[in-house]
Amino acid sequence: MISVKNVFKSFDDKCVLNDISVTFETGKTNLIIGRSGSGKTVLLKSIVGLYEVDSGEIWFENTLFNRLAFKEKKVIRSEMGMLFQGSALFDSLTVEENVRFPLEMFTDNSPEENNERVNFCLNRVNIINANKLFPSELSGGMKKRVAIARAIALNPKYLFCDEPNSGLDPITAILIDALIKELTEEYSMTTIVNTHDMNSVMEIGEKIIFISDGMKCWEGNKNEILTSDCDTLNDFVFANSLAKKLRSSNK
Amino acid sequence: MHLPFKKHGNGNTVNISKFDVHYSDIMIKFLTQMGRYFLLLKKVFSKPEKPSLYYRQTMREFVYLGLTSIGIIAIISFFMGAVITLQTAYNTENPIYPKYLIGLGCRDSIILEFSSTISALILAGKVGSNIASELGTMRVTEQIDALEIMGVNSASYLILPKIIATFLFNPILTLIAIIVGIFGGGIAGTLSGVINTENFIYGIQYAFIPYYIVYSLIKTLFFAFIITSVSSFQGYYVEGGSLEVGRASTKAVVYSSILILLFNVILTQLLLS
Repeated sequence: MISVKNVFKSFDDKCVLNDISVTFETGKTNLIIGRSGSGKTVLLKSIVGLYEVDSGEIWFENTLFNRLAFKEKKVIRSEMGMLFQGSALFDSLTVEENVRFPLEMFTDNSPEENNERVNFCLNRVNIINANKLFPSELSGGMKKRVAIARAIALNPKYLFCDEPNSGLDPITAILIDALIKELTEEYSMTTIVNTHDMNSVMEIGEKIIFISDGMKCWEGNKNEILTSDCDTLNDFVFANSLAKKLRSSNK
Repeated sequence: MHLPFKKHGNGNTVNISKFDVHYSDIMIKFLTQMGRYFLLLKKVFSKPEKPSLYYRQTMREFVYLGLTSIGIIAIISFFMGAVITLQTAYNTENPIYPKYLIGLGCRDSIILEFSSTISALILAGKVGSNIASELGTMRVTEQIDALEIMGVNSASYLILPKIIATFLFNPILTLIAIIVGIFGGGIAGTLSGVINTENFIYGIQYAFIPYYIVYSLIKTLFFAFIITSVSSFQGYYVEGGSLEVGRASTKAVVYSSILILLFNVILTQLLLS
């Protein structure tokens, strides 16, 4: 479980996160949704410690993460996996070297054990016969899947995904969503996904928070989101014309 | 135009000139950057997570930053040696100067200055821009963030192997530059007929001071550190996109070159006075 309590974050004079408090539950796919520039990525990066928050608390289980020193944070970070918006695969390493990297860095496994784990993770995300390819030789969807394989290589307790569907076609996006949900349940992880894709929301949104202008405006799940009385949320959810038509026909 | 003003203790206000404002801004920026640079170095020289991986990364950098630089250093040194020989011959045409002075001049110029300083300036262009753009691209594509999330000290993992590799390999490049430069001088001298081989060889052996080589290698070590650390600093803290990566790359070359020239003066004064 990850708890965020009264978090504030500003860049220069601009307040990007304004008193955010939320609890992300274990074994569930937790979604942070909101418009571009609403503060989703800043919140996610603050949770994982890439940004220092101005004030507030970020708890991983019973540990106050944002007050830990760099060395102490490393212990919790070894339990994190993260899927970045652009995949963030290491350009100079092949697919299998990318997945093997955290294993070599943080375990004392033998090369055979590492190879076995690498192949398992790649098979798990349906990457076959691509071990020796470099990231530049992969499609967008394959990059995301390799990044997921790297993120789960160390059996993380926490999985963070920053807009996992950006730049993907709808079918591949659904496959990535399904994979994230399956892995969350399989490994009983606390997963937090940043997205503004309503398909993702309706597919995997077990717990959803909506952020607008750095403030949490709404909290619920995918069943509640369509019937919310929050105007800002409704503007976001029913932004496209298809959704608007569906909404008016339901009324 | 309204200029900012400050209040004196007696209540009177005095205009601050535009120059004062810019000067203080520049000083604050400079001190901030210096602070960030030394904090980065502190991170770089912390204990590696897994020495075996650092060793592998160092070997990779050895090839990437060192071996691939041999060609350009050899070509430039050869022609530099050739030009020094021809120019020395042109300037010592008077018959009172013995011919072997051309060889001696070529040797000392190459050992004292060209092999270390000019090679360093060339490497600042090749290696420095390479390092800054590599780290800058890793920053903007979130690869450095990915390392941090894993709990890896990204500064140490990415920069320390580069510093070690250039520290070990640049002296070798300097020695190659000395050998090839003197060889180039000899070839140019004999082919153009300004000096014969015997005189040139006598000249390069005459009054040889081995300490000059040590001096050159010490300078090389300082320059290697400047090139790698300054370029890494520029690349590591890039914010933005490809435009900023390009700017960081240019800054890396410019700042490294200026520091190389500055330290060249300081080290020459310290080591040769």
